[in-house]
Amino acid sequence: MIAKSNEARCTSCHAGYGWKGNDFDFTDQTGVDCLVCHEQTGTYKKFPAGAGNPAPREMVFPGNGKTYHPPDWNKVAQSVGRPTRNNCGTCHFFGGGGDGVKHGDLDSSLMKPNKMLDVHMGTDGQNFDCVRCHSTTLHNIAGRVYTTPAYEHRKSLIEDDLASKITCESCHSSSPHKEDAKANDHTDKVACQSCHVPRFARVNPTKMWWDWSQAGKKKNGKPYKVKGELERPEYDTLKGDMKWAKDVVPEYYWYNGSIEHLTVKDVIDPGKDVVINRPVGDKDDIHSRIFPFKVHRGKQPYDKVNKTLVVPHLFPKGPADADAYWKTFDWGKAIAFGMDYTGLPYSGEYDFVETSYVFPITHMVAPKDNVVACKECHAHEGGRLAKLTGFYMPGRDNFRALDTLGWIVVIGALLGVVLHGLGRVFTANGRKEQ
Amino acid sequence: MEHAKMVNIYLYTRYERFWHWLQSAIIILLLITGFEVHGSFRLLGFRTAVDTHSFVGLSWLILFAFFIFWIFTTGEWRQYAPTTRKMLAVVRYYSYGIFRGESHPVPKRKEAKHNPLQRLVYLSLAALLLPIQMATGFLYWSYNSWPAWGLDWLSLPVVAAIHMAGAFAILSFLVVHLYMITTGHTISAHTRAMITGWEEVEEGTRIEDWEQKERKSPQTD
Repeated sequence: MIAKSNEARCTSCHAGYGWKGNDFDFTDQTGVDCLVCHEQTGTYKKFPAGAGNPAPREMVFPGNGKTYHPPDWNKVAQSVGRPTRNNCGTCHFFGGGGDGVKHGDLDSSLMKPNKMLDVHMGTDGQNFDCVRCHSTTLHNIAGRVYTTPAYEHRKSLIEDDLASKITCESCHSSSPHKEDAKANDHTDKVACQSCHVPRFARVNPTKMWWDWSQAGKKKNGKPYKVKGELERPEYDTLKGDMKWAKDVVPEYYWYNGSIEHLTVKDVIDPGKDVVINRPVGDKDDIHSRIFPFKVHRGKQPYDKVNKTLVVPHLFPKGPADADAYWKTFDWGKAIAFGMDYTGLPYSGEYDFVETSYVFPITHMVAPKDNVVACKECHAHEGGRLAKLTGFYMPGRDNFRALDTLGWIVVIGALLGVVLHGLGRVFTANGRKEQ
Repeated sequence: MEHAKMVNIYLYTRYERFWHWLQSAIIILLLITGFEVHGSFRLLGFRTAVDTHSFVGLSWLILFAFFIFWIFTTGEWRQYAPTTRKMLAVVRYYSYGIFRGESHPVPKRKEAKHNPLQRLVYLSLAALLLPIQMATGFLYWSYNSWPAWGLDWLSLPVVAAIHMAGAFAILSFLVVHLYMITTGHTISAHTRAMITGWEEVEEGTRIEDWEQKERKSPQTD
């Protein structure tokens, strides 16, 4: 699913402040809203479908039934300051249109976490703001992760006091454990997060599965929602089936800091799960380490003939918009409109395909007593790293033939001495006969 | 009972006994922790098992250096010099004669503690198996330093496999060894000797010249 043709909604976070039409220049940096990051009154709220603008007058958003008020511009403008968690969290905790939908390690529980949830941000501990680590140079914020690595060098502040503070190593160095601790020998291959974020979504649930193919069902002719155990929607006519989870064990991949993305122009193999993005890395690459990820899976529409993913038009442009899926629940029309709007070919035939999307897990760092135990990875079966193959890991890997042979020899020796001993007992070491 | 008259001889010096029991404790600890790290069972917990295994293994490496020094300065290495002489007689004894109540064909003496079979086994152990185990263990432990030491051509699975094979060999040795100590003239005779140093042997047993190698005169210590 993609922002195109749904800009009015998506640009409330994805920079595109003041978006009006398809000719909007997304490269223009004046289209970045200063206030959303810097205002400190907490009253500056964007209208969800206002293309990044706050409500010009009192307005109700039908999506959540909330009333949005126009900001008191003087107060808001005079309050500007260094961004706090409230500023960043407004967008980053609600990515995907709700609390914890996209990221598993970023949700509203980090507004005021305790240190059990995040040892750095805990208000009962270090109380870090986001910008304590996501340090900036001329508004370039450290820590974004797309095709270019989030960081090129594993430098600590001891080596270079101007190094960006974005990596754990920036402050903790590459041997942060007690001297001689085996954990220090892991830092070349295992990212800190792999052990220190034992599970994500530890307080609020995060969305793990989103099946768009089930969207559009109605009750008594009307769209409906079903809330699940975790107080999150399990079904929504607008969105389909959804699964949420708490306390989720991450999946692990080799990762060098880059993530490769599929585009809507790439040809897919619908016979397999379509990997929309994947961490770049390899066990033999010295820049790669084992890193934890949330893998969001789901089903979404694709073009059966051209074998590409498609761009459905979800969000109605106005009351008369007969193509928007969220108005008429007609995928055919919504996809045709979205593809035409984007300028991409569409055969007119669609089906649904299973897709996956990875999100790196780096927040929600647990206190040091709550890290992943050795045995959770160094285990024969069911270990966290069971899927990462091609290298030998003590406690996880063995040579079956050697083990079998070894035990045969040991048990053979045991049987041999038992028989020999019995022989001595029955002959009483030969003494009886003498 | 037609046994010969038994006499007590002082067979194992204090150092030998100390080394024997220390090494046995080391080996048993290493076997327990090693097999736990391997995943054969759960006892101490993985982390404690790894830490203990590393510490005990490295300690053994250092202590073994003292043992090598001792064995060469005292000339005790001669006790390990291999021979085929009377080998068949010893094999025949353990597979047949022992059940017939025969005497051991190569009795123990201070100057010749090991029979030909023992010489072969202990030489393989002290000169081959244990050093291989120590070398692979040390390499395993120093895995992270391989690139810095120019050893990155080494393969961890190969080192691990050799170390594992060695572990099985040592465990098998231990099983047989524990049994063999019951084969003295009484079940506890050998154990007692390794604790007190004194073992009862048949009086008048002569040490053959070949058993003593080039050492011409008996020791005076």
